[in-house]
Amino acid sequence: MADTETPARPLPEADDESAPFFEGGMKGILRLMKCTDCGAFRLPARKHCDTCLSQGFEWVDASGRGKVFTFSIMHQQFHPGFKVPYNLATIELDEGPRINTNLVGIADDDIRVGMDVVVDWEQHEDVALPKFRPA
Amino acid sequence: MAHPMRGATAITGLGMTPMGRIYGKSATELAADAIASAIADAGLKKDQIDGLLINAGITGIIGGGINLGLQNYTGLTNLRLMNHMDGAGSTAAQMVQYASMAIANGMANHVVCVFADAPLKDGAKSGASYSGGNRTPARPKGMAGLSQAAGFFGANTGYAMAAQRHMAKYGTNHDQLGTIAVGQRQWAMMNPLAQMRSAITLEDYHNSRWVVNPLHLLDCCLVSNGAVAVIVSAADVAKDMPQPPVYVWGMGQGHPGNPARAGFEPETETGGILAAKTAFAMAGVGPEDIDQCQLYDCYTYTVLVTLEDYGFCKKGEGGAFVEDGKLGPGGSLPTNTGGGELSAYYMWGMSPLSEAVIQGRGHGGERQQKNDVILCTGNGGILSYHGALVLSPNRS
Repeated sequence: MADTETPARPLPEADDESAPFFEGGMKGILRLMKCTDCGAFRLPARKHCDTCLSQGFEWVDASGRGKVFTFSIMHQQFHPGFKVPYNLATIELDEGPRINTNLVGIADDDIRVGMDVVVDWEQHEDVALPKFRPA
Repeated sequence: MAHPMRGATAITGLGMTPMGRIYGKSATELAADAIASAIADAGLKKDQIDGLLINAGITGIIGGGINLGLQNYTGLTNLRLMNHMDGAGSTAAQMVQYASMAIANGMANHVVCVFADAPLKDGAKSGASYSGGNRTPARPKGMAGLSQAAGFFGANTGYAMAAQRHMAKYGTNHDQLGTIAVGQRQWAMMNPLAQMRSAITLEDYHNSRWVVNPLHLLDCCLVSNGAVAVIVSAADVAKDMPQPPVYVWGMGQGHPGNPARAGFEPETETGGILAAKTAFAMAGVGPEDIDQCQLYDCYTYTVLVTLEDYGFCKKGEGGAFVEDGKLGPGGSLPTNTGGGELSAYYMWGMSPLSEAVIQGRGHGGERQQKNDVILCTGNGGILSYHGALVLSPNRS
């Protein structure tokens, strides 16, 4: 639940390339943009493949599973919408790309690099955010 | 056979302003102060300057940074080489490289390379100038906005993530990172230009507040207003100029970027690996030949991972390598002998380069160390960009 006492956190908004990702999120599906020439995933979504520079792509449903590549605990108040401390995590998805997120359902002290995690969507009015929890 | 660029150019001028909470001058005015000092230091006249390479600091991003307008402000009207360069923290080493390549090919004689920054405002906190939090739009566009929605702000978070990865993978610990901070503070206490000159202990380090765990406050660099300019000239003319020349033996760059997917890990294997190969090959030296290091140290971790990437120890063994204090005063590998960005001043790549010039000239006073071969590095982005110089007071 959003805390009405504090200013809102930034909430991303779909652009042309990322619309299928955000539409998938509203349905609880983690979608990734995949190159139809070399098979590499593009995260964030973009016109060109950064492996082969192809502009061909398809959207595929990902497993939603991955491992904690690294994490940290933020203690500095940079944005008024965030109450410190809070965790930051980079997840390496089973498909290969890494995504920046927060871990839910776990105490900050218990987070470890290499933990198995699974996506857990945080629903907002018009957008859903892919958070991750221990698998 | 020696590389043709080895010893072809030298740093012949150095100009520095006071550093830190210096108010009342814009970045452009600070840059002009540093340029004037460097020209005087080199014994040149302004019209002999025919190259100008410009690098803005954080004010190049947040506003108020130096730009091409610096040329007209300083009235440099005979330029044959000019650019406003951006390789983030690797730019200083890069500027010396581009200047040297132009000079060695007869395309310039004396090139000024200048960095200036003035992010600190009177009465405001240091962190405020770099955070970016208050510049985040309410609805950032596209998937890049996921990071902001998760609360990733500023360089601190990126380096915290990188350090955590190294700690988890290799067992690197806070005693080891703290030893770097303590050693550099001991060096800073001998540097009149340093912003932080009171002693710290390992206990002080552990007790300093978390910025982004695993980074304590004393893992993080300072924020500084100030400017540094160096002048690069041909070795043939450098020998007759007033200051002891600091010859450029080796130069290299390495830019892995960060593809952020499996198989790529610049967080723990940086562009220093590639830059070291080129710079060491040109200089004809290896890590065993280095007398002292001036390493980009935006964070303690940056020093540790850079030492690994230049082959001073094996990958993953940086923690054990530094924990005996060998980087500090009295140690076997004097490193960041002016206190570095952690304790002296944060002029991006000009922090290590300015100290390398001071040491190369033998002007280090009580902190002067053996200087026959000096390694000077620059790092930018989140360990994404890297520049290297090997410097020496000896031409060959």
